[in-house]
Amino acid sequence: MKLRVEGLSVRFRLPGAVVHAVTDARFELREGHCLALVGESGCGKSVMAHALLGLLPANATVTGHAWLDSLDLVAAGERTLAREVRGRRIGLVPQSPAAHLTPVRTARAQLAEALRELGRPETPDELARRAGLRPGDLDRYPHQLSGGMAQRVANALALAGDPPLILADEPTTGLDRPLVEATMAELRRLCDEGRAVLLITHDLRAAEQIADDVAVMYASRIVELTEARTFFTAPRHPYAAGLLDALPTRAFTPVPGQPPELTRLPGGCAFQPRCPRATALCDEQPVLNGVACHHA
Amino acid sequence: MLEATDITVTFGRHRVLDRAAVTVSPGEVVGLAGPSGCGKSTLARVLALLLRPSGGRVVLDGQPVHRWRHRAPRRTAVGLIFQQPRLAVDPRFTLLDVITEPLRANRRPLTRAHELAEELGLTPELHSRRPHEVSDGQLQRACVARALALEPRYLICDEMTTMLDASTQAHLVARIEAYRERTGAGVLAVSHDIELLERWSGGNVRELAPTLPIKEAAPATGERSSA
Repeated sequence: MKLRVEGLSVRFRLPGAVVHAVTDARFELREGHCLALVGESGCGKSVMAHALLGLLPANATVTGHAWLDSLDLVAAGERTLAREVRGRRIGLVPQSPAAHLTPVRTARAQLAEALRELGRPETPDELARRAGLRPGDLDRYPHQLSGGMAQRVANALALAGDPPLILADEPTTGLDRPLVEATMAELRRLCDEGRAVLLITHDLRAAEQIADDVAVMYASRIVELTEARTFFTAPRHPYAAGLLDALPTRAFTPVPGQPPELTRLPGGCAFQPRCPRATALCDEQPVLNGVACHHA
Repeated sequence: MLEATDITVTFGRHRVLDRAAVTVSPGEVVGLAGPSGCGKSTLARVLALLLRPSGGRVVLDGQPVHRWRHRAPRRTAVGLIFQQPRLAVDPRFTLLDVITEPLRANRRPLTRAHELAEELGLTPELHSRRPHEVSDGQLQRACVARALALEPRYLICDEMTTMLDASTQAHLVARIEAYRERTGAGVLAVSHDIELLERWSGGNVRELAPTLPIKEAAPATGERSSA
């Protein structure tokens, strides 16, 4: 399995404005690897996940390619995505698992439905065991599940169709640190089983725990794409360095200013107005070559 | 001094806090840590005079508190910032309305709202936006401005930055620190993130132990009860 994203762009048309949500994204993800996509809220990282699954609203325009082996997810029709891709080739681990589950049905009923719709021979109990749940836990309704258990039920749902690629969209929002670490360990285990994991998060420490590679997104563009170890020890893009410096365990100083509106992106490098290294050179859009910065 | 002693809170037959205590002195930052579901947010609401405890005492600057919520005569002496800004604002308000509301309710000069918005980094084009038109980070900036509007002597930050990225977190904490240094207010920072609390409070962190052993099976634990 290989996911190759080539020049993926997403635009939303609004009355009197165009939102540049994702611009010219390029990356590759192979089985057994975890790529973390990090950045501030509103930089376009969740839109990227929804674009790959074809789950964007009608006012979105997607261009470019996202090759899942030989299938282009951008060009594929709804029928193909619904019957072959969602759940079968790409599993989604949602933001806020407790809200993702149907509140009036037990975990078992929801797993059984997913397995039936996907045409899988497994039973909910077998699936639950793979996701680290005891079969007895499945008779609970979502409000009877703790945060950690709801997370595991959501993981089990994502795994029902045995997909080789897992998209995890902010899977740790609202969880406390031990639960974040447990969720990350689960995702890492999925990687080690030979799946590919695309982790979308604003939590840099969660990313550090499991990512092989890190892509930093700023104002709709990937501005740095590098090995996780390099990113956390020697980030090259000034924005990446600023994000890391904001951690309480490091300098705890914010990046000055605020990100630009995605409807009114400045010409050239979008980070220029906040950047300590900005010069006249930055009026030209830098090309991503590991890092998209004229000064890195 | 804002002092809570022997605070017990029960919801139905469920005891969430059992003789919990915490004290915040003026000018001090106290970190309050503990796992999800241990009652941190409940204790924060008691200290913000928003929830009458089943038992125990809250003393605000030497005077015991007898009335709570809208009946509390000194409610505005304590400011509270919530974890989820979207659940903490009226969706019909603009960001400027959010900041202005406490000033208007207390007949204070409304111009202060513009200064606060600027201090929190809310640029003028954001003032007229409604909550659904801004990011979580921008909305939480407005909520911090609202909490500071009446210059509370104590500020309670309940998982204020849990949903936000590292840069916005560092920015908001820096704004609250600037306010504390200017006014000598006491700050109670509630979070499950020990690293954040250690840094923010300079190591002045109290651990709130769970009242009952939290079982995986217990209902209403996890992220919901901390919200």
